[in-house]
Amino acid sequence: MNLTLHVWRQPGPGAPGRMVRYQAADISPEMSFLEMLDVVNERLMETGEAPIAFDHDCREGICGSCSLMINGVAHGPELGTASCQLHMRSFRDGQEIHVEPWRARAFPVVKDLVVNRSALDRIIAVGGYASAPTGSAPDGNATLIPKDAVETAMDAAQCIGCGACVAACPNGSASLFTAAKITHLGLLPQGQPERGRRARRMVEQMDIEGFGQCSLYGECQEACPKEISIDTITRMNRDYLRALTAPDRAAAAESD
Amino acid sequence: MNRVQGLWDTSVGKKAVMAVTGLIMLAYLITHVLANLTVFQGPAKINAYSAFLHGTGGALWVARLVLIAALVLHVVAAAQFTARRRAARPVAYAAGREPQVSTFASRTIRWGGVLILIFIVYHLLHFTLGTVHPSFVEGDPYHNVAAGFGNPLVVVFYELALAALGLHLYHGIWSSGRSLGVSPPSPHPLKRQLAAVLSVLIWAGFAVIPIAVSAGALR
Amino acid sequence: MELNSKVPGGPIEQKWDKHRFEMKLVNPANKRKYTVIVVGSGLAGGSTAATLSELGYNVKCFCFQDSPRRAHSIAAQGGINAAKNYRNDGDSVYRLFYDTVKGGDFRSREANVYRLAQISVEIIDQCVAQGVPFAREYGGLLANRSFGGAQVSRTFYARGQTGQQLLLGAYQALEKEVARGGVTMYPRTEMLDLVVIDGRARGIVVRDMITGRIESHAADAVVLGTGGYGNVFYLSTNAKGSNATAIWRAHKRGAAFANPCYTQIHPTCIPVSGEYQSKLTLMSESLRNDGRVWVPKREGDNRPPFEIPEAERDYYLERRYPSFGNLAPRDIASRSAKMVCDEGRGVGPGGRGVYLDFADAIHRVGAETIRERYGNLFEMYQRITDENPYEVPMRIYPAVHYTMGGLWVDYNLMSTIPGLHVIGEANFSDHGANRLGASALMQGLADGYFVLPSTVSDYLASVAPASADTSHAEFRRLEAEVAERTRTLLAIGGKRTVDSFHRELGHILWEKCGMARTAAGLEQALAQIPELREEFWRNVNVPGSDAELNQALEKAGRVADFLELGELICRDALDREESCGGHFREEYQTADGEAKRDDEHFAYVAAWEYTGDLRHPRLHKEPLDFEYVHLAQRSYK
Repeated sequence: MNLTLHVWRQPGPGAPGRMVRYQAADISPEMSFLEMLDVVNERLMETGEAPIAFDHDCREGICGSCSLMINGVAHGPELGTASCQLHMRSFRDGQEIHVEPWRARAFPVVKDLVVNRSALDRIIAVGGYASAPTGSAPDGNATLIPKDAVETAMDAAQCIGCGACVAACPNGSASLFTAAKITHLGLLPQGQPERGRRARRMVEQMDIEGFGQCSLYGECQEACPKEISIDTITRMNRDYLRALTAPDRAAAAESD
Repeated sequence: MNRVQGLWDTSVGKKAVMAVTGLIMLAYLITHVLANLTVFQGPAKINAYSAFLHGTGGALWVARLVLIAALVLHVVAAAQFTARRRAARPVAYAAGREPQVSTFASRTIRWGGVLILIFIVYHLLHFTLGTVHPSFVEGDPYHNVAAGFGNPLVVVFYELALAALGLHLYHGIWSSGRSLGVSPPSPHPLKRQLAAVLSVLIWAGFAVIPIAVSAGALR
Repeated sequence: MELNSKVPGGPIEQKWDKHRFEMKLVNPANKRKYTVIVVGSGLAGGSTAATLSELGYNVKCFCFQDSPRRAHSIAAQGGINAAKNYRNDGDSVYRLFYDTVKGGDFRSREANVYRLAQISVEIIDQCVAQGVPFAREYGGLLANRSFGGAQVSRTFYARGQTGQQLLLGAYQALEKEVARGGVTMYPRTEMLDLVVIDGRARGIVVRDMITGRIESHAADAVVLGTGGYGNVFYLSTNAKGSNATAIWRAHKRGAAFANPCYTQIHPTCIPVSGEYQSKLTLMSESLRNDGRVWVPKREGDNRPPFEIPEAERDYYLERRYPSFGNLAPRDIASRSAKMVCDEGRGVGPGGRGVYLDFADAIHRVGAETIRERYGNLFEMYQRITDENPYEVPMRIYPAVHYTMGGLWVDYNLMSTIPGLHVIGEANFSDHGANRLGASALMQGLADGYFVLPSTVSDYLASVAPASADTSHAEFRRLEAEVAERTRTLLAIGGKRTVDSFHRELGHILWEKCGMARTAAGLEQALAQIPELREEFWRNVNVPGSDAELNQALEKAGRVADFLELGELICRDALDREESCGGHFREEYQTADGEAKRDDEHFAYVAAWEYTGDLRHPRLHKEPLDFEYVHLAQRSYK
C-alpha cells in the first residue's frame, strides 16, 4: 500500500515544530505501525535526512513507551491496542495519516514524537505503592484475598503508563492513570493502611504537575490500550473525599 | 492541606463541590418544574402556589440564598476549571483530536452553561422582577406566563436555553455521581439511564409551557 | 585473572545462612556515606536500588528508557517459580534446586542454584506484601500453574502479565525511595563506560540521551542489572532498546564474560512475516499446557490444518517425549521444531512454523475456560497475525529469547573487577546452559531484593566511604574516550544504515550460532563478523549530531558492541565441543538426535578475558563440581 504521512517534526524542546509530509510507498499491510515508521526512517536516512524520533521499546504492547496520536486518536483506530500493536491493515491504501506526539503541558515535547512523561513517575512516587521494605513480608497466603477483588485490582493494575488517557482527554487530565493505581492498591488488603494518604497525595500531585481536571468525557477509557474503566475514577474520587472527611492515622501523623 | 481547603484546592475536591452544588440546583429544578406544570390546571392553582411561597417569608430567602451560593460556587469552579483545562494543553493538536465516545452534552457543557447563566439573569428579570416583561403583574404568575411568551423571539430564546439545560443535566446528573464517588461500578460505565430519564422529563416539563402559550393552549 | 567462586563451605542447605552471618556489615550510621550506582531498572536493578536505599545507602539508578517502569522485565508473561509446595504435589526447595540444575543441563554452580531455590519462597511473600495481584483461588489462596520443564505446579502468575506486575511492584518501591531522597533516578541516560581505578570499579561514564552531554558518576560500588544480549541476533523477543553495551564495556575494562554461547531459543513465538520485521513476539510457554504441537507427517503438505486428518498429523513432542510431551523444556522443544521444519514439514509462509493447536483443549474444557486462561494471549496473537486461534491453530516458531551467559560473577555476584556487581540476566550465574520457564523473574528478584543487598554490604564494609570522586583523572580520560567514539561514529558518513548492519549480524548468528551449530559454520561466522565490523566502522551512516536526542547514534553505539560480542559468542560456541542445553553442536549428538554432553572435558564455566585483541580473548575455566545432583543424561522421555 501507499500512504501519505503528515508527521510532527520538532528539533528539540521549546523549538518550533510543524507537520511535515512524507510519502510511504510499498507498505505491507502485515507491518506494524512502528515498522512502517522504521521503513520511512530507513529511507530518510538513505537520502541523508534526519529520521523521525519516536519512543518505542518492547513492541508488544506492554512497556508503554509508544505514544502516537494517529489521525486525532491516541494509539490510532484499533480499540485496546497500543501504537506498536497497530497493524497497517487497519488503514486503506492511499490514506492520509496524521501523526503527532501526546499534547499536554505536563508532557513537554523532547523531539518530534517523543515527549517527557516523568510527571507520571512523580505521581506514583508520592503515594502509588504499598510500603513493604524488603524482608518484612508475612507468608503470601497469610492474608486471604477474594478472587474477584484480585481480578478487579488486576484490571486496574494492567495500566502501562503510556499516557494515552492524558492525550485523549479534552482536558489533558491524568485521572485514569492516577485512579488505576489508587484502585489497584485500594482493592487489596495490603493497600489499606496507606489508602487515604495515597489518594490524597496522588490527587494533589496530579494537580501540581499541571494536568487538567476530569470532566468524565470517557475518552480516556476508549483510548486506553488496556481498556481500564472510568469506574476507577469513581473509586479515586471516593477514596479522596473519604480521606478528607476521615483522614487516616498516617495522614494525620504527617507534618505536611 | 486541611479538609475545607482540600475540597476547593484540588481538582477532585472542586469537582465534588460542583457536583453537590449542581445537585442542589437539580433539586430546586425538580420543584420548579412541578410547580410550573400546575399552570395547566388554571390560574387558581399556580397563583395559590406563588402566594404560598411568598407567605413563607424567611424560608424563601434562605432557599434563595442557598441557591445563589450554589450557583456562585458552581460558576466560579467552572470558570477556574476552564482556565485549568486551557493551561493543561497549551499547544493544540495540529490535526485536531477526534472525539470517540464523549457525548455532545459533555462537550458543550461549558458554553451551554454560559447560555444558561445568561438565561437565569434574563429569566429573573422576566418573571421575578418583571423588568423586561411587557405587562408584569406581581402575584399573578399565570398572567405573567401567558403574556410573557407573546413574543416569538422570547420563546425561541427560552427553548434554546432549555435545550442547553437539558443537555447540561444529561451530563451533569450522571457525572455528579461519579465525581462524588458514589456511582456503583458498571460493566458499561458510559451508560446513564437515570440521567437520561431525569433530564428529558425536566427539559420537557419546562419546554412545553412556552410552546403551549405560543400554540394558544394557555391564555 | 583468577576465578574464585567464593562458594562457602558446609552442607549446601546451610551455605547461604552461614555466609550471611559471616559477611561484614556496615554500621547504620555509616551507610548514608556510601554511594552505590545501579545501572538498569528492571526486576534486578529496580528491586536492588529500592532495597539498598531502604537499607540507608545513597543510590543512583540509571536507565535508558524514559521511565524505570519500562524496563523489559515488564514483558515477561508466564510467571515466577517458587518452592512453596502450596499444591502438596511433592515440591520442595531441594526439588526446585534439582530441577534447575538438571534443566540447565548441569552447567550451573550448585551453591548458587540452591540459594536461588531457597530465596524463591521469600520473593512471593515480598511481592504479595507490595500488592502484586497474583492470581488467587476462590478461597482466597494463591493460585499456581505448571510450566515447561517441571512436573510440579509451582508457578505463580498474574494473568499473562506476571513480569509487568512484579516490575511495577519493584518500580513503585523504587519511586517511593526516589521521593524519600534515597535514590536519584537518571532516566534516558545510557552507561557508556566503566571507570576502574586501582583495580576497583569506581564509577561510570554516561551520556544524557536528550542533551548528548557526556558525564561521570562516582560511587563506592557499581551494580549492573542491564539485562541480556539477545538482541545481538537482531530479531529476538527482547525490547528494541535492550542492549549489551554496559556489560560489554565492563568486559573490556576487565570483567570476564562467561558462557556467551548459552542463548535460549524460546519455542513458542509468532513466526517472522517479512523482511521489515523489527522484533519477534513471544507467546507464553503456558500455552503448551493446553496446546498440542504438530506438523503434517508428509513433507510439503500444504493443505489447511483442518483438512489434515488426525492420522496424517505428527504430534512430534508427544511422540518423542511421552512423559513430558508438549511440556518438554525449551531447548528441546525449539530444536525439535527446527528439525521438523528442516525436514520440509514446517507450516505457514516459508515453512518456518509449527502448529500449536487448541482444538482438543477447547473440546475438553470449553472455549470459555480457554479464554479465561489465555484470553489476552489469544487476542495478542490475533492482533498480530489476523488469525483467530480459537478456530485455526496458532503458528509458532522458535525465537531468541534469553541469554544464560553474561558477566562472570562469584557467589557474591561480584565480577572479576572488585566493586563491580552484576545481577539478573546480565550475569551468567544460575541457569547453566538452559533456563527453565518462570525462572528468570525468580532470579532477577532473588538477586535484586535479597542476595545483592547483603553481599554488596560485605564489599562496602571493606572500602572507605566516598573513596572516589569524579575529579580523578581517569574519569576525564574515559569521558574523552567516549566522546571521541561518538564523534567517530558521526563522522564516518558512509552509505549503510545502522539497522542494515545489525540485521546482517543477526542473520549470521541465527544461521551459524542459533539452534544448531557446527564447527564449520562457526568458523565461517568468525570470518564474516570481523569483516562486517570492519565495514561498519568504514561505511555506516549515522545522521544528526551528538548534542541532541539521536536515536540512530544510540543504536550505532550498541550495534558496534554487538559486532564485537557476536564474535565472542561464536568463539565460545566453537570452543565448547559438546552439546548442552541451548548450545547444540551437530557433531555431538546421540543416535536419536539428543544433545550429548561431555562432562569429562567440559564441565566448566568458560570465562573469557578481554586481552585488547578481539580475535584472541583468553579463556579461564571455573570447574563445576556436582556434589548433590548426579550428572546424568538429561532425559524427558
